[in-house]
Amino acid sequence: MGDAPIITRGLNHFFGTGDARKQAIFDINLEIERGSLTILMGPSGSGKTTLLTLIGCLREVNDGEVRVLGHELNNAKEAMLVGLRRRLGFIFQAHNLHESLTATQNVLMGLEVHGSGNALKQRAAAHHVLDLLGLADRRDYLPGSLSGGQKQRVAVARALVSNPEIILADEPTAALDKESGHTVVQILKALGKARGTTTVMVTHDPRILKMADRIITLEDGRIVSDT
Amino acid sequence: MSHLLTLLFGRLPIGWLQLTHSRGRFFAAVAGVAFANLLVFMQLGIMGALNSSTMAPYAILNADIILSSQDGNTLTDGGHIPRARMFQALGVAGVTDATPLFIGNLPFTLEDGSSVSLLSFGIDVAKPSFTSPNIAASLDKLTLESTVLLDEGTRGMPATVISELMNGGRFSFETGGNTLTAIGTMDAGGGFLADGMMIMSDQTFLRVFPSRTSGAPNHILIRTADGVSKDAVVARLTGALPSGNLRIQTMTGSASNDLVYMATERPTGIIFGFGVFMGILVGLVIVYQVLSTDVADHLREYATFKAMGYGQPFFLGIVFEEAIILAVFGFIPGFFVSLLLYAGLVSFTGLPVAMDASRAILVFLGTLAACSLSGAIATRRLANADPADLF
Ligand SMILES: Nc1ncnc2c1ncn2[C@@H]1O[C@H](COP(=O)(O)OP(=O)(O)OP(=O)(O)O)[C@@H](O)[C@H]1O
Ligand SMILES: [Mg+2]
Repeated sequence: MGDAPIITRGLNHFFGTGDARKQAIFDINLEIERGSLTILMGPSGSGKTTLLTLIGCLREVNDGEVRVLGHELNNAKEAMLVGLRRRLGFIFQAHNLHESLTATQNVLMGLEVHGSGNALKQRAAAHHVLDLLGLADRRDYLPGSLSGGQKQRVAVARALVSNPEIILADEPTAALDKESGHTVVQILKALGKARGTTTVMVTHDPRILKMADRIITLEDGRIVSDT
Repeated sequence: MSHLLTLLFGRLPIGWLQLTHSRGRFFAAVAGVAFANLLVFMQLGIMGALNSSTMAPYAILNADIILSSQDGNTLTDGGHIPRARMFQALGVAGVTDATPLFIGNLPFTLEDGSSVSLLSFGIDVAKPSFTSPNIAASLDKLTLESTVLLDEGTRGMPATVISELMNGGRFSFETGGNTLTAIGTMDAGGGFLADGMMIMSDQTFLRVFPSRTSGAPNHILIRTADGVSKDAVVARLTGALPSGNLRIQTMTGSASNDLVYMATERPTGIIFGFGVFMGILVGLVIVYQVLSTDVADHLREYATFKAMGYGQPFFLGIVFEEAIILAVFGFIPGFFVSLLLYAGLVSFTGLPVAMDASRAILVFLGTLAACSLSGAIATRRLANADPADLF
């Protein structure tokens, strides 16, 4: 195998057991280059999310191989998976912010997972990312008083603040307006160039498709096109 | 507060922020813990008063070993033993002195017509070494027939009577057809046992309790030689004296047996013990309810944190942080309201209800332990936070 950050070989995934057992993805073979922006497309139920959660160490691999940042996930120990997740950034469809924490505190959660460190430096880093996403004047707001798009941007800031090596995003721009959706993808592309951050994103947004390095289309759990 | 906790934990105080985010629930939880604390403090306060009442008579006596009848329950609730045991005991090695002790209750009608009972001790006034030093000093005055020392805390006794007595005055009163004259006071501390206490000579005692005889005291007090083990003397006495209906104990052993008896055999002790148990149970249930609802309400956030790479210790930390916050914030008002209620109890009942540091610390530690236990049970729900469900 090469040294690509994400590699899958003969990856299958099954849900349920016994009669209810159903295969969601079939024989996925992928090698995703460092620093690239890859888009996953496909109709509903085609297995996009399933593939993303397998790569993201959120779901146990039951058949085939997945290597993320050089680590084999099949049969991996929980502690290893937890450690690996810290090197990834997730942007979910829902913002999933903690309602009791301010924008800055939510972003800090992305840093504190790496240890307590210098509190002042961490705050400065959190503020910097929030500013970058146009939230300079919303730093100390609770999610309850932010708009849907602002909340999603805070969630993006939380994913980016710790400089993850891989970013996994599932329809992140659905909740964003055109403008900020574009900004977010531009930031991700810039990170790919500057730091070699690898992004895999599920989206149907045609404007983003143009910015992608690679577009993979799934249908019924199989890769039907890869350009 | 949030900054302080951040410094303390070296991380964001998620538990604190989470708890205080829903104020209503936070105050309800704190009030619940405070109420549980209050319940426990009140029960312990009354149990403590019960204990100091049980111990009060021991404070006026001064002996090493006590002989009592087997069928007695406590020092002041017992049968008689033959005085002959005293002479037999004096023959045992290590015993230096012995004296009979008579105990009885005298009714006394106050000026306002209400009746109080006075716990009366009859002793040999020629042996002052068997009473506490402050009583021993005025013991020789009791050689006069029908004189007594009266408890200065006697319930219902006009304050003027007591203050006159303390200044060398006298106070005569009728009881059961006899006239007694108080010629001084003693401090025995009020309590559950009686409305007050009295000390008199054995001669006076036998006169006001005509049914009692000098040959059958309630107890025999014994002093042992210096440097001799009391337990060894108890063992020797057990060997030397006839065993029928006789209990031989050190004075401290007798006191602690009395405490156990009052706590476990008497309904009052059992009721208050049950009260403490109920208080703890109420606290446990309230804190468990609050913490487990809180975990259930935040499963999505916790799943997100799991996806970000936070491990189990982090989540346990949040729940225990919340448990400790509830314990501390509930204990403080619970403690202060209890102090107020203690003061109220003392002024209304005269019972020796007092807060002591060891009880406060014990209840605080108990609160921490109970809250942590509730937290530990509540963390079982954490397993439901599955990051795979987030996308
Ligand atoms: N937890 C689950 N248990 C059982 N079946 C599941 C589970 N999650 C997904 N599936 C099934 O696996 C298949 C792939 O689902 P997946 O969510 O990956 O699709 P998707 O491409 O992300 O769809 P969408 O565009 O609607 O999000 C579907 O048939 C779905 O019903
Ligand atoms: Mg999906």
